[in-house]
Amino acid sequence: MAVRVILLTALSLLPLGCYSSSPDPSKPEFASVKIQEPLTDSFEPTMSIGTFSLPALPYAYEALEPSISEEIMKLHHSKHHQAYVTNLNNALKTYSTAITANDVPSQIALQAAIKFNGGGHINHSLFWKNLAPSSSTDANPASAPTLTAEIDKTWGSLDGFKEAMGKALLGLQGSGWGWLVKDGNTLRIVTTKDQDPVVGGEVPILGIDMWEHAYYLQYHNGKAAYVENIWKVINWATAEERFKGDREDAFKILKAAL
Amino acid sequence: MSSSLLRTTPLLRAGLRARAAKPLAAMATTSFTRGKATLPDLPYDYGALEPYISGQIMELHHSKHHQTYVNGFNAAVEALAEAEAKGDSKAAAFQAPLLNFHGGGHVNHSLFWENLAPNGKGGGGEPEGKLLTAINQDFGSFENLKKQTNAALAGIQGSGWAWIVKDKASGNLTLVTRANQDPVTGNFEPLLGIDAWEHAYYLQYQNRKAEYFSAIWDVINWGTVSKRFGQ
Repeated sequence: MAVRVILLTALSLLPLGCYSSSPDPSKPEFASVKIQEPLTDSFEPTMSIGTFSLPALPYAYEALEPSISEEIMKLHHSKHHQAYVTNLNNALKTYSTAITANDVPSQIALQAAIKFNGGGHINHSLFWKNLAPSSSTDANPASAPTLTAEIDKTWGSLDGFKEAMGKALLGLQGSGWGWLVKDGNTLRIVTTKDQDPVVGGEVPILGIDMWEHAYYLQYHNGKAAYVENIWKVINWATAEERFKGDREDAFKILKAAL
Repeated sequence: MSSSLLRTTPLLRAGLRARAAKPLAAMATTSFTRGKATLPDLPYDYGALEPYISGQIMELHHSKHHQTYVNGFNAAVEALAEAEAKGDSKAAAFQAPLLNFHGGGHVNHSLFWENLAPNGKGGGGEPEGKLLTAINQDFGSFENLKKQTNAALAGIQGSGWAWIVKDKASGNLTLVTRANQDPVTGNFEPLLGIDAWEHAYYLQYQNRKAEYFSAIWDVINWGTVSKRFGQ
C-alpha cells in the first residue's frame, strides 16, 4: 500500500491533468494524509502492478510503409519506447525509496529522469495511435469531420494547417515534438523539446516525433520529406476522438499500459 | 577549421556591434561578402574513420548537416545585417536563437572534425605529456576521463554534445555537456567535443549509442586536444 501511494506521488510530478486523484504536493500534510487514504477505484487495478509496460502497436511494424519503414518502426517501438518505459520504472522505483527515506535531495535529483522518461513514454504512447496504414479509412481526413471543420476555421484549410505544422516541426532546434492541441475550444500548434510532454491543460490531439531516430534510417538529413510523407499515415479517427474528448480521454492509454 | 572560424568571427562581431560611425548598408555588404562562413574541408577521407564511424555517416554529417548549419548561419547573419540596416530591432532580436543554433552548429562541428583522426594515424591511443598530467590530476586517470565522459554522453536528454574543456581561470580540465548546438562559451576553452546527436551515429549504431561512445575513443586525435590545451 505504501509503495503504491509513493508511486502515485511520483507520478504526480508529471504534468498530467489526467491523474484526477493526484495529491496536491503544496499541502504540507499531504504525505501522511495520503498514506492513510484508500486509492480510488480507478487506480486500484493499475497501481497494484506498479510498473509501466510497453503498449502493443495497433498495426504491424511494416504497416506504415512506404511513409515510415519497418526497420524504423521496429527500433522506435521495441527499443526506444521500451527504453523510456524501463528507465521510467527504474526512476520511479528509486524515487519510492527516496520518499521512504525522506531523502529530498535524491527526490529532486530524480525529477529530470522521471520527466524525460515519463514524457518519452507518454509521447510515444500517444504517437503510435496517431498513425495508421495509409490504405485504412482512419488515414482519411474525412474520418475527422468535426476536427477538420475546426482546422478550416483556424488555418483556412487542411493544407494551411499542414503548412503551419510543417513549419513548426522543421523549426525545432534539436530533438522534440510538434503537437496539435486543443486549449479550451481553441486549436493550437505547439512544439516541445526532447521528451517534454504537453504541459498545462491542453488536450494533445496529434503529435509528430521529430527526433532523428524517428526518420533518419530512411530519410537521413531530409527531414522535410519525412514531414511531407507522414501526413499519409495520420490516424484522423484518433485525432477526431481526442478532439471530441477531454484530456483524461487522451491519456487513458497510459493507464492501460500500467 | 581555424581559418574558417576566423573568417566568421569578424563578421559576427561586425554584425553585433553598433555601426553608428560608418554608412550602414555599405559596411554590411562588404563585411558579409568578406566574412561569409564556409564549410571547412575534412582533414581525412569520409571512410578514414571506419570501422568506428562509417563513411556514410561522415559524408552525411559533413556534407549535409554541417553544410546546413553553415547556410543557416550565413542566412541569420545576413538577416541580422538587414534588420540592423533598417533599424528593426525586433527582426534583429529574432535572429538570436538562429545565430546561436546555426553558429553553434558550425563552430561545434568545425572543432569536432579536428578532434578526430584515423585510428593509428593520429587517432586513438592515449594522451601524453602535460595533457596526460592534467587529466590524471583532474580526472584521476585517463580511464576515468573516458568513463565520466561516456556517462555524461549517455545522460544527455535529447540532442547535444559533451566537451572536455579547460577552465581559463584555473587551467583545470572539466567535463561539460551542452544541449542541441549550444557552443561552449565564457570561461571555458573547448578542447575535445563529442557529438551525441543521433545523426552522428544512428546509421551504424541505431539505438545502441553506448557502443558509439565506446568506439569513438579509437579515433580521437589527442594531438589536437594537446594543442588546444596549450603544450
